[in-house]
Amino acid sequence: MKFSEQWLREWVNPAISTEELAEQLTLMGLEVDEVESVAPGFSKVVVGAITDVQPHPDADKLRVCAVDAGSEGQFSVVCGAPNARPGIHVPFAMIGARLPGGHKIKKSKLRGVQSEGMLCSASELELSDDSDGLMELSGEPETGMDLSELLDLNDNVIEVELTPNRGDCLSIRGVARDVCARNDRDLELHEITSVPAEHQDTQHFTVSEDCACVHYTGRLIHDVDSKAPTPLWMVERLRRGGVRSINAAVDVTNYVMLELGQPMHAFDVDKVQGSISVRRATEGEKVKLLDGRDLSLESDTTVIADDRGAIGVAGIMGGDSTGVDASTRTVFLESALFLPQDIIGKPRRYDAHTDSAHRFERGVDPGLQIEALEYATSLLINIAGGKGGPVSVWIDEDRMPLGEPLILRRERIERVLGIEIADEQVESILTRLGVEVSSDAQGWEVTPPTYRYDLRIEEDYIEELARVHGFDRIPRTLNAYQPGFKPASESVVTVSALKNALVHRGFREVVTFSFVDDTVQQALHPEVDALLLANPISSDLAAMRCSLVPGLLSVMQKNTSRQNNDLRIFEAGLRFVPQKSELIQESVIGGLITGRRYNENWADSSEMADLFDLKGDLEVLLGLANANQFEFVPGTQPFLHPGRSADIVCCDENVGWYGELHPKLQNSLDLSQNSLLFEIRLDALMNRMVPAYQEISRYPSVRRDLSLLMPQQTTHRALEDCLVKHAPKWLQKIVTFDVYSGENIDKGMKSVALGLILQDFSRTLEEAEVDDAVAVVIRGLDQDLGVRLRA
Amino acid sequence: MPKNGDIVSIDLSGLLNDAASAIESAADLNSLDAVRVDMLGKKGRLTAELKAIGKLPADQKPQAGQAINAAKQTIQAQLDQRKTELQSSQLDQLLNVQIEDISLPGRGVASGGLHPITKTIDRIAGLFGQLGFTVAEGPEVESDYYNFEALNIPAHHPARAMHDTFYFDAGRLLRTHTSSVQIRHMEQHSPPHRIIAPGRVYRCDSDMTHTPMFHQVEGLLVDENIRFSDLMGHLEGFLKMFFDQDDCAIRFRPSYFPFTEPSTEVDIRIGSGKWLEVLGAGMVHPSVFEAVGIDTERYTGYAFGLGVERLAMLRYGVSDLRQFFENDMRFLEQFA
Repeated sequence: MKFSEQWLREWVNPAISTEELAEQLTLMGLEVDEVESVAPGFSKVVVGAITDVQPHPDADKLRVCAVDAGSEGQFSVVCGAPNARPGIHVPFAMIGARLPGGHKIKKSKLRGVQSEGMLCSASELELSDDSDGLMELSGEPETGMDLSELLDLNDNVIEVELTPNRGDCLSIRGVARDVCARNDRDLELHEITSVPAEHQDTQHFTVSEDCACVHYTGRLIHDVDSKAPTPLWMVERLRRGGVRSINAAVDVTNYVMLELGQPMHAFDVDKVQGSISVRRATEGEKVKLLDGRDLSLESDTTVIADDRGAIGVAGIMGGDSTGVDASTRTVFLESALFLPQDIIGKPRRYDAHTDSAHRFERGVDPGLQIEALEYATSLLINIAGGKGGPVSVWIDEDRMPLGEPLILRRERIERVLGIEIADEQVESILTRLGVEVSSDAQGWEVTPPTYRYDLRIEEDYIEELARVHGFDRIPRTLNAYQPGFKPASESVVTVSALKNALVHRGFREVVTFSFVDDTVQQALHPEVDALLLANPISSDLAAMRCSLVPGLLSVMQKNTSRQNNDLRIFEAGLRFVPQKSELIQESVIGGLITGRRYNENWADSSEMADLFDLKGDLEVLLGLANANQFEFVPGTQPFLHPGRSADIVCCDENVGWYGELHPKLQNSLDLSQNSLLFEIRLDALMNRMVPAYQEISRYPSVRRDLSLLMPQQTTHRALEDCLVKHAPKWLQKIVTFDVYSGENIDKGMKSVALGLILQDFSRTLEEAEVDDAVAVVIRGLDQDLGVRLRA
Repeated sequence: MPKNGDIVSIDLSGLLNDAASAIESAADLNSLDAVRVDMLGKKGRLTAELKAIGKLPADQKPQAGQAINAAKQTIQAQLDQRKTELQSSQLDQLLNVQIEDISLPGRGVASGGLHPITKTIDRIAGLFGQLGFTVAEGPEVESDYYNFEALNIPAHHPARAMHDTFYFDAGRLLRTHTSSVQIRHMEQHSPPHRIIAPGRVYRCDSDMTHTPMFHQVEGLLVDENIRFSDLMGHLEGFLKMFFDQDDCAIRFRPSYFPFTEPSTEVDIRIGSGKWLEVLGAGMVHPSVFEAVGIDTERYTGYAFGLGVERLAMLRYGVSDLRQFFENDMRFLEQFA
């Protein structure tokens, strides 16, 4: 909400500067967003009266105006505005004047005619966006008077961002009440007198009891001069409150809303057909709003209707058909209370975020309707004349939203805040906020004022005390903390440890969005029916990821397109896999390698990273947990290269995979280079055994190297298993130091060179027994796998 | 040939002279070794002299033996010295050519790095860990109940409008804050509670200063004597430590969250800059305690929620929020 500082100071005027006032508001929870000076960016602009208008001899669209600027003199000004006519008062920028934007007014000739200054529109003075001709100054102001003085521009617009609980501050008076409490002052007296009825006519209305309305008041005002201009001071205050001047009746209702917080509506009674009824809309009922839109309403919405149908949406926006215009003679002023619970959500639904709706959503003071009606009546009659009738009232006392008294305990204040506030101060703060306070054995009985919807429980009052007393006056404490040991199990592998292991292997962590492009995801995981957002921000962020792959690939794509072609990246986070009736949200860690094994450098060959680079990294990762509980089996993931991928199995469960992206996907996803990917469930990596020491042999070890020839399709794993099966118990380790196929090796065969490391715990091995053992192994390999010694 | 009774004296001076000059002129270790063989080897000149002793009269033998021994020691010492000299000069020559350009870069895989968001969360967790807070987690696809209802945000509450929620269907949504973890934790454990819950949160909003996904750290402290003043003491202490400076100004400003009462927003000002909002906090609302069955007369507590990106931006001087999710290596490399 924004408002004029001067206007606020009419209600409460503590001896503090604008800056201090703004700071006070912020520190009371009425956060000041901006303080903007109203002071114009212009000088030497005065009130000028146009006394005569003559056509320009040499230009159709220009005219020559005689301008009376009082004590400043008489001037001749060339002007192109269509509304320039004798009798109006307008802003007159004299020679030497400076306009917003630094434009300086000089004596000049326009098409041969001398112009001694410039007549201005409101937009040229940056007083509004209105560039529709000259700004007409109502009320025949004194000519020659400085315009800043006339418009009282020595003011600031304060913009406050209010939290949703403080509907009571959506008015000048509401903000003033908080300022009073903080400065321990009274509100300045504003007597609002009732306007006696000058006739007995009323507008008939009915209110149904199942609608949003609990209090409906109104009165007829006859003989209104709808052409009467709104006085400048009111236009200015409205403008500073962000409201445009329309006509006297509408301006008055807005003015009362800004000052007191009661949204009101003015109907042109001659356009209302028969009786007004306040009721629920029928499903699909149509209404044309003031802004020209046609709405189809839902039946939970309350409408203002006449005999023909809806003429407004209650508390939200008036209708087009019954609005006040220049020809209106009789006005029906409405001042009503609609309950927040019936309004909330509807401005959003109908896209009608009006000032009125904003206030009703947050709760309007139930004690305000008649006061506002009287105030508006007197303002309107002052401006536009007319005769007010009697006030008609309908009220549903039972549903009026009035707060209940409760007990505020002295002890509880300190318990919650950590500071003792003196009794007198508690009473003074609450009283200033309008709370009724009476002593009670434990503290006080407190009853909220009608306008404080938010004071419902003890803590609400405690918050008020803290807020007004000042958070800055509450001490900073560190409550006595009893340190104690917490479990720090050695068998838990932390996510940090896993991430750091990858970092030390050259991986960089990335963070990608959890929602991805569904098309890309479907190309990768056609078998998964991904969870889709109902209201995605865009189609490429619409599906919850069921693996980290789409994100990793997009990071790769972005970076390679910036000529960064060698990447090692990883991410840790949730993947979202729908399964039958439930959604599995599981933490995984996954990564991608693409490009060279090592960044381009002088010392190493620039070979591309391959499957075994990635596997080496994974072995480190798995090694943090218990590496030997994991098994690699031929891959089954459809998006990976079938011959260059593996699944990772732990305790008979598939916990992850790694491999090269399927070449056809590299193609269809338009990736410039291939990549190696992995993903492992974090829960599978987070346990390890606490080390249990095993004896080291003190006897020398013997090494025997074997050069073997074996069928291409026999796996290394099978070879090792077979070796172990036939080897003596003193086989400690097998080292594979060469794998080769190609020239000099028969097709379908490969050559593998192994080193067997043999060692016993209790003695030095004899040459002969080692020879015998190796011979047994070689025989076994031949029998089981057809593996032979290379000739 | 000397005959018996002749006075045969041995003269080694020639041999010694020869040896000394040969050793001196040996240019390398091989020629030096040849000198050694020539003099001291089995067929060497000095060995020959030694053999000749046998032909000497018995009374002369000891004297001759001593002379030969002395000569042998002299030659050996000269050989050793020359060997050391030669070795040292050989090494010098080697060192003269073994010169690497130490300005060339090293080899192997360069280290990677953690994302700045992770670094920031780790730092936050570390600081709150000092006060005994442990890390809790919760799901990101959340139910309306945990994200709103249990946090005192019933349907149609105006606060919902500020959340710009991503929905899947009537009951499921993407959590808009990590506050949902509070409820899950309090349901599953008995007080006291001392947790922080870092994680991803989602809002349907995307522009210069908003990304549809970002990170929060929720904090919850519930015990028998927790007061608003403790909230202020803890959070002020945390912020000062996080920013590594004791003199940053911290301001607590009343605010509103449906699940805390009183509520506050915390602003920080570093140097002479502007006030910047960094976190929201408050005393846990009695309705929240009721939803999880905690006795409000016995327990009080505070909760806070802080924006990780906000803190990271302030800490590292990042001006555009969106960079955190671009994952441009040139950005990430700066946080290694």
